[in-house]
Amino acid sequence: MNDLLHNFFDWQLIGDVLPDLLTYGLRNTLILSVLSALLGSVIGMVLAIMSLSSRPWLRAPARVYTDIFRGMPAALTILMIGEGVFSAQISWLASPYPVAILALSLMSGAYIGEIFRSGIQSVEKGQGEACRALGMTHGQAMRLVVVPQGVRRVLPAMVNQFIAIIKDSSLVYFLGLITSQRELFRIGQDDSVATGNLSPLLATGLCYLLLTVPLTHLVNYIDRRLRDGSRRPAATPEEPSLVDPKEVLV
Amino acid sequence: MKTPDLTAASASATDTRFAGASLEARGVRMSYGSVEVLRGADLTAAAGEAVCIIGPSGSGKSTLLRCLNGLETRSAGDILLDGEDTAAMDINVLRQRVGMVFQHFNLFPHKTALQNITLALRNVKKMSQEQAVGIARRRLREVGLSDRGDHRPGQLSGGQQQRVAIARALAMEPQVMLFDEVTSALDPELVKGVLQLMADLAGAGMTMVVVTHEMGFARQVADTVVFMDAGVVVESGPPEQIFEAPQSPRLKKFLSQVL
Repeated sequence: MNDLLHNFFDWQLIGDVLPDLLTYGLRNTLILSVLSALLGSVIGMVLAIMSLSSRPWLRAPARVYTDIFRGMPAALTILMIGEGVFSAQISWLASPYPVAILALSLMSGAYIGEIFRSGIQSVEKGQGEACRALGMTHGQAMRLVVVPQGVRRVLPAMVNQFIAIIKDSSLVYFLGLITSQRELFRIGQDDSVATGNLSPLLATGLCYLLLTVPLTHLVNYIDRRLRDGSRRPAATPEEPSLVDPKEVLV
Repeated sequence: MKTPDLTAASASATDTRFAGASLEARGVRMSYGSVEVLRGADLTAAAGEAVCIIGPSGSGKSTLLRCLNGLETRSAGDILLDGEDTAAMDINVLRQRVGMVFQHFNLFPHKTALQNITLALRNVKKMSQEQAVGIARRRLREVGLSDRGDHRPGQLSGGQQQRVAIARALAMEPQVMLFDEVTSALDPELVKGVLQLMADLAGAGMTMVVVTHEMGFARQVADTVVFMDAGVVVESGPPEQIFEAPQSPRLKKFLSQVL
């Protein structure tokens, strides 16, 4: 029992690894996840618009793309893209970070595309019709009214996806990293192997939670704000009158 | 207790005169899959006239209305706006000239009342922000909601939402307004304000085609009442004739059920 405690809660070792984790480890993980989330969202939006199109030649490629990148293990995809880029000698891309960001974006794009699609599809048909009845084009109706509403509805589902990206960013170590390139997971693992103790991994886990838990709460807060904003007056202090007295009098 | 008077909406809406255009539908046919819902429907609204379409559920009233601004695609028949064949028109130009108000308002919930109105002015009519806001404020004042411009639809009553929707359609300066059962989703005490506003519009020269279950409104406001059943216009004429001297057995039966 004492051994187990010592193996996980060696405060000395946790204290030793924390500076590396909190400085460049956290930074590298953030670089990987934030850029992948942004690029993945762009890819996802393109896929969602394509898969909602009335044109089969736009829908089909989106379908195939989603099936492929959603259906394979993340580690496999990262390795294949990484080795592919290295062997093709695309020099500007042939470094672990661009390749990992590319691979993570391509994969999360497939998931995010499905999330966006379901959100956009959940917007009432009348919203688009109201736009069209005012003379807007289909594209304007989507861009100005339908897509913004659809995206707001799926914010909670997007959190899951962003968390998945943060965790999957650990797979970048497959591509081989030099010391300063290591992100949270690699630092924890190296330290754990070097010391023969699991405490550095525990510290690493805490660092991941430091990212993911506040993210969840932040998005929940934004989600709540957006919902409240559409129900309750934000700026006007008076009670929203449900029945206009004028209407009753007529 | 104050004596009931007209709403602020009606007082100011009558200040504006509208240049309504004529609208005519000839032999309109339309099918959903294998079900033919319109089987050659005709309808004529002269410039400045209010036409009410009545009839049982599933008779094709709303579908005919939606064919008039191209929200549904007809399989046959002609629609003439101001004597012009609409088939040759750019659909988005046609829709700017023929405004529509829906049963469920279809306001944009993520925008304020004012933004609901300015959105199409900015993006379709390409107006400047100041110009669009100026028009939106004037239209909101006309429907009696000048103090609700910054409210989201969710903060407004159904009656207020429907009046914003009417203001939104009017802001595009249409020549014809289509109303699709616009009071059916409202609480009973909110219906009158919206009907009053529509009556004011009709009085101010707007050409209107109104699908409604409000027989009182059709009787008082319509110049022509059109009775539809099973995808065709069975009978049409001035309200006195339709309500006091119905000819066809189907209209007689319908009136005996709703009056």
